Amino acid sequence: MPHRTFLFFILPSAVAMFLFIALPIGSVILQSLHVEHGQVLVEVESCTPFGGCKTQTRVDAEATAALRAEAPLGRWNGLGTYMNRAHLATAELGEIFRSDTTLREKFAQVYQLRFYRALFFTLIYTFVVTPAGIIVGFWIALAVNRLPQMLKGPVIFVSLLPMIITPLIGSLVLYWMLNSRGILGKALQWLSGNPDLSIAASGPLMWVSLILYGIWIAAPFSFVVFYAGLQTVPDDTLESAMIDGANRWERVRYVVIPHLMPLATFVSLVQVMDNFRVLEPIVGFNAEAHAMSLSSIIYTDLQAENGQLFGSAAATSMLTIGFVVILLSPVLVRTWREFGKRAH
Amino acid sequence: MAISMTKLATRFATGVVFAASAMPALADCGIEAGSVRILSNDFDALRLINERATECATDSVSVTFNQTQEHKSLQVPALSIDPAEYTVAVIANNSLPPLLNDGLVRPLDDLVEKYGQNLTEQQLIRIDGKVMAIAFMVNGQHLFYRKDLLEEAGLEVPTTYEELLEAAAVLEELGKTDYPYAASVQAGWELAEEFVNMYSATGADFFAPGSAEVAINNENGVAALEMMKALTEYQSPDYMSVGSSEASKMFRSGEVAMTVIWASQAGPVLDPEGDNPEIAAVAGLAAAPSFQGNGIPAATLFWDGFAISKNISDEDAEASFQAMMHATAPEFAEENSYIAAWLIKGYEPTPGAVGIMADVAQGARGYPTLPFMDLLHSALGSELADFMQGNESAEQALADIEAAYSAAATERGFLN
Amino acid sequence: MTTLHTDTAQSKPRQRIPLISVVAVVFVAIWLVTAGFPFLWTAWGSFKVEADFFSRIDWTFALSGENTTRQTGGPFTLGGYQGAWIDQAFWKATLNTAIVTVFVTTLSLILGTLGGYALARSGRRYAFWLLMVALVFRAMPHITLVSGYLMPFFEWNIWGTLPTTIIVLVAINQPFTLWMLHSFFLSIPKDLDESAMVDGCTRLQAFRLVIVPVMWPGIITTGLFSFLLAYNDFAVGAMLLSQENQTMIPKITSFMGSIEQEGNIMFAVSAVVSATVPLFLLVMFFQRQIVGGLTAGAVKG
Repeated sequence: MPHRTFLFFILPSAVAMFLFIALPIGSVILQSLHVEHGQVLVEVESCTPFGGCKTQTRVDAEATAALRAEAPLGRWNGLGTYMNRAHLATAELGEIFRSDTTLREKFAQVYQLRFYRALFFTLIYTFVVTPAGIIVGFWIALAVNRLPQMLKGPVIFVSLLPMIITPLIGSLVLYWMLNSRGILGKALQWLSGNPDLSIAASGPLMWVSLILYGIWIAAPFSFVVFYAGLQTVPDDTLESAMIDGANRWERVRYVVIPHLMPLATFVSLVQVMDNFRVLEPIVGFNAEAHAMSLSSIIYTDLQAENGQLFGSAAATSMLTIGFVVILLSPVLVRTWREFGKRAH
Repeated sequence: MAISMTKLATRFATGVVFAASAMPALADCGIEAGSVRILSNDFDALRLINERATECATDSVSVTFNQTQEHKSLQVPALSIDPAEYTVAVIANNSLPPLLNDGLVRPLDDLVEKYGQNLTEQQLIRIDGKVMAIAFMVNGQHLFYRKDLLEEAGLEVPTTYEELLEAAAVLEELGKTDYPYAASVQAGWELAEEFVNMYSATGADFFAPGSAEVAINNENGVAALEMMKALTEYQSPDYMSVGSSEASKMFRSGEVAMTVIWASQAGPVLDPEGDNPEIAAVAGLAAAPSFQGNGIPAATLFWDGFAISKNISDEDAEASFQAMMHATAPEFAEENSYIAAWLIKGYEPTPGAVGIMADVAQGARGYPTLPFMDLLHSALGSELADFMQGNESAEQALADIEAAYSAAATERGFLN
Repeated sequence: MTTLHTDTAQSKPRQRIPLISVVAVVFVAIWLVTAGFPFLWTAWGSFKVEADFFSRIDWTFALSGENTTRQTGGPFTLGGYQGAWIDQAFWKATLNTAIVTVFVTTLSLILGTLGGYALARSGRRYAFWLLMVALVFRAMPHITLVSGYLMPFFEWNIWGTLPTTIIVLVAINQPFTLWMLHSFFLSIPKDLDESAMVDGCTRLQAFRLVIVPVMWPGIITTGLFSFLLAYNDFAVGAMLLSQENQTMIPKITSFMGSIEQEGNIMFAVSAVVSATVPLFLLVMFFQRQIVGGLTAGAVKG
């Protein structure tokens, strides 16, 4: 395709992405490399309805605005924000590893640092939910494929429900069901014989619930894609495998799975990315005490009640993108090779 | 509960219809011309005020409002442009500092003099001698208790947290409720607020005078944390996910005998037509308990009020101020005394406001209106969870908070 | 579920490995319960009062409707629906969502098919890098992007309006749309458009008259995902829309209340259940195409 035609076709899409994604990302990167100007603090008398008048510290808005007008971006901080305690915490890590403690204590200390705590949960969530969601989705697809034709429609529809329901509400309803007073929570108490069992009170149980919720919401996507893929498995290949005496399992192993492999790549690409950005279940399950994810710390930083640390959120966002690229790099290299083949 | 809320909503909805149909009659707000554009949080008391402000609309005066829970995120960018997107920002003592920091609101002295005949001195928020905001209502946490159970156990209403611990032990023995006590300590903002309440009752300051250096890493901080930890003994094991509204529901359904939650929960708790009329009949309200024997209720008080944008014309500023004066007039507070605890002249506290008024009377402190308080609040919210679950010592927790706060304050330019 | 089992058994006369059929059917049954039960439970509960559906005393109240009967005189109530739709004007938010989703889906598909086609047909390196960059764009957390929009949007006086939100959603959705449509186009043989061009069509004509008709399944599938994104959006709508333009999901979350005030969670539950109805119809209507569509794109991945 000539350059001009390519440009003509891609332009609208590229302009939209440039304006609303690339430019903001650019400004996010800039922001993460700066910190705000030193605020000019003054002490003034202030009076409120409670406690009368007191001397309090204030920002001298005019003086600070003048500083800001000189250099609107703030003060250059290089990678300072990336290295500070709220992010990679290099100084703290150094101290922890130099200190004379056992490995277990070192791990506990690292886990106290917000970023690593969030990263730990995010990685575990991604690495459990992604394969589990794909496998469950694959199994459902295989099983549904065996159902009689008339049942397939409704079954597919019900299977899509977890993906359709708004995540914020879906997690809220599920949380209530799992709560110590809800129907599933009661069932758990009855099954375990422990009437005080409560997922909200236990870190491990909360993690398990979050991960199960993650699989619940991720499986339908894999299911739809794999089910569609199954319709294209060539019948003659299957039949010749059958003639060769392959049993059902061998047919799945040697015919179906290889056929679905390219699809699995696409699904895992999308799923790794989505799972790495996990946020809604943590909010919906009130799980902040037990679990944090990279997205949830960005969310916390951006909350107005928390003073809106844009630079900090920007740094965490860039680190998130970095991790996603690392996680996806095997797939990217593969795509590159395939692309090379296609081009020539 | 649901039904009372539906009723309230219906009452509110009919109110709106009434206001709309009464539009031609129009309240005389005395505004000649101008545009009033209000940005506010989204809850009933503010909805009523916004609706009342729209009564001032005429052919030459337009009144619009945007009620949203995202108002805090919107206010700074919306008021930074010229002319500002909104002329009135409805704020509270923790959302005013961002506007002050950037100099986005105007002094109101001239307007108060001209149109503020109904204002009391208490409503004027003065900073450096200039009126920067007008407060109209107050909220804060206080004690809700079960009169019947305390009586049965032969207990007085606890006035200090030390007494509350003793009472909780007795009530646990009595066994009439699942747990003796509930508090709003959900990880995040509410847990941080609980620490702020407890620490402010020690009488100590949060920051070193004249600077942004945090000053909570001391014996007062340790004492506040240890009291919070001691109280968890008597709370449901789920306490880390119990916020104010959850604690309120626990109290209303008879699961707990005492709870310290927001005064705005008094309405639903005392509602005789709600889901739990039997609890409503025996619920008592009192000031938040004090701590360490110096008599200050462990509750920081929040005021809600409004400020006027700087980047608007004088005409709009005047129109906005007058519309808000009409919206928060004395007769409004009289008619709607059950909705909130008003600071407006002529307001008679209702039975539901007993607790918050006791907080005010006993000298509870205001939530610090400092430029960097939100950063400390955020650090508290994320660093305290481990301590509350017994994973680290109070000293370690305070050191972590200090470190997290310092990183944030450096980024924002408050510390170097 | 027993009938389901016998059906399957009958349809497979070769009873060589009946065990695997049983396992498959049991597995589907378990999955159906897992996927459908929470929704059924929510739909059922939306006709109860809060004290029943979220009962603190006994979860069986959600079945028996103890408090619903006491408060409303019957075991079922439309209170939640009335509250949400009539008292709180949820219909207005629904209307806004309808506008947003229709435009986002249409625009996403127009931009995406054009771009995806170009990426699939150009074998050049920059096409690959564009795809990679789009992928990285998709990894960006939406909340960070949205907070960056506020200041310029206020300054240009375009904040709060539906078109702004629509364009932002289209742009945020482009990376996924491009990737998906690109892989669909790859599955359509190159000869098709090339022969059309030999016959005298321009590239655009070949695209419009020859390729797009073959692509419908793929376009519908991708459209469904765009639709879901716009429909379920919270982050963008909550921050970029003014009150009169509010969409469904921010409206639903505003029912849930805040620290200042308890919300009415039954309004939220009823609103969620009613919000799912159009999706029901949509999926039912396009079911065949969704599966068909993915097949087409999937084969050559």
